[in-house]
Amino acid sequence: MSTPYYVSPEQIRQDKEDFVSRGIAQAKEVVVLEYRDGLLMVAENPRKTTFKISEIYDRIALAAAGRIAEYEILRVAGIRESEIKGFRYYREDVTAKWLTNLYSQHMGGVAQAWDAKPLEIELLVCEVGTTDAPANSELRNNQIYHIAFDGIYSEEEKYAVIGGRATTITEILEQRYTDGLEMSAALQLITETFRTIEADAEDDYEITPQTIEVACLEQTAERRKFRRLSTDEVTTLLS
Amino acid sequence: MLDLSDYGNSDFFQILKRRHPELLATLNSSDVVSGVNVSESSFHPYEGTTVLAVVYDAGVVMAGDRQATEGYQVGERRIQKIYPVDRYSAIAVAGAAGPCIEMAKLFQVEVEFYEKTEGVSLSLEGQANFLAHLVRSNLGLAMQGLIVLPLFAGYDLKRQRGRIFKYDAVGGRYEEDDYYAIGSGGKDARTTLKKRYTPEITRQNALEIVAEALWDAADEDIATGGPDLVRKIFPTLYTVTEEGVTEVPEATVEELYRDLISRL
Repeated sequence: MSTPYYVSPEQIRQDKEDFVSRGIAQAKEVVVLEYRDGLLMVAENPRKTTFKISEIYDRIALAAAGRIAEYEILRVAGIRESEIKGFRYYREDVTAKWLTNLYSQHMGGVAQAWDAKPLEIELLVCEVGTTDAPANSELRNNQIYHIAFDGIYSEEEKYAVIGGRATTITEILEQRYTDGLEMSAALQLITETFRTIEADAEDDYEITPQTIEVACLEQTAERRKFRRLSTDEVTTLLS
Repeated sequence: MLDLSDYGNSDFFQILKRRHPELLATLNSSDVVSGVNVSESSFHPYEGTTVLAVVYDAGVVMAGDRQATEGYQVGERRIQKIYPVDRYSAIAVAGAAGPCIEMAKLFQVEVEFYEKTEGVSLSLEGQANFLAHLVRSNLGLAMQGLIVLPLFAGYDLKRQRGRIFKYDAVGGRYEEDDYYAIGSGGKDARTTLKKRYTPEITRQNALEIVAEALWDAADEDIATGGPDLVRKIFPTLYTVTEEGVTEVPEATVEELYRDLISRL
């Protein structure tokens, strides 16, 4: 009988973290940023039908970086669980915090399993407030949760970034972000930030209305607050 | 825990039936109580209705009265019988109020679930066909007197016109080209529509004949509510066009009825 090797828990965790960060380093970034009327979400993505940002429920959207196949199944599961919860209770009872916990438990479970590869993804679960509520109601708050590959999540304020160069982008936003930006100003801030980091990159990825994916959660919209912006709309906002 | 097993299944009704049958209170055959018929018992569910749809040059108008009856009593004066489904379709319901509202809610979730998971909208005809399955799954309760009959209408973006679908209790689905009305006052409303409808009718004329048809239905059928000028309760009217589903403002509906009354 052979003696199994001993590997310390710290070592196992470190190995998995290294493995995932090598994968995530390749992933193009998604930025979520609070603007005057809600949350603006922008990703570097030239594709027309495979999205990094998607609608989950009335006030909730999901942004993901990493392997599409791995987050696609989570996106659909999120929609399904949200619809079931909203059908069972009330649509308002479906919250980003609840969904974040579901994702977090799942991703943590996979990351800890000895016989599974950790998910090479990072998620942002976003919820927008509604203007259709009293001034001090919690229904007015915007929320952004950042979930790492191992399920560890944090609550972010004003903006959040996922993807390979998230740290660099966050540093730029720390200097340039101001409260209460209009949608066009917020979009310009994000595209300028993308241009700054692309100028330092080896591949020449040009930031144009065709090469970014833009969506928003609008506080003033009716029940379904998620909206994808067309290339034409993005062009107008940037001009 | 997050259950990933239903990936690729865009049918919310099927997922609920399998995973949460308890949430399908009435649309579930296990509810059928053998040998009982509501119409012969002393139990009176909320029912009674006139709902209708009229195709006009830019789309379709849907309308319904606001009253629910409980036996010979008024059960509810402000009930909603028209529900937007997606951006380009709406459902009107007639029958027992509880199962009607449940079916409308489930149908709306089904269509939205499909749209979000697949990334494209379910076609109008796809929606109409799916609704036939829902009606069919209520057959057990329909046989006991708790019937749900929807009227479904929308704007078909690919064919660029308004379309109306009606149903029978066994899930038969039939398309109407011009107009249709269902519910206890449906026949009275249809008589008015038959006399007043002309093809390629304008929006304003469509709203006028819809208001008149509902008036006539309320006049003849005790289970259909007319405009209530004292409480300011008016029938609900929706238009569905290329621009989407829009509710006709209450002030406009009130004006339609004041005009109509002045002409009587």
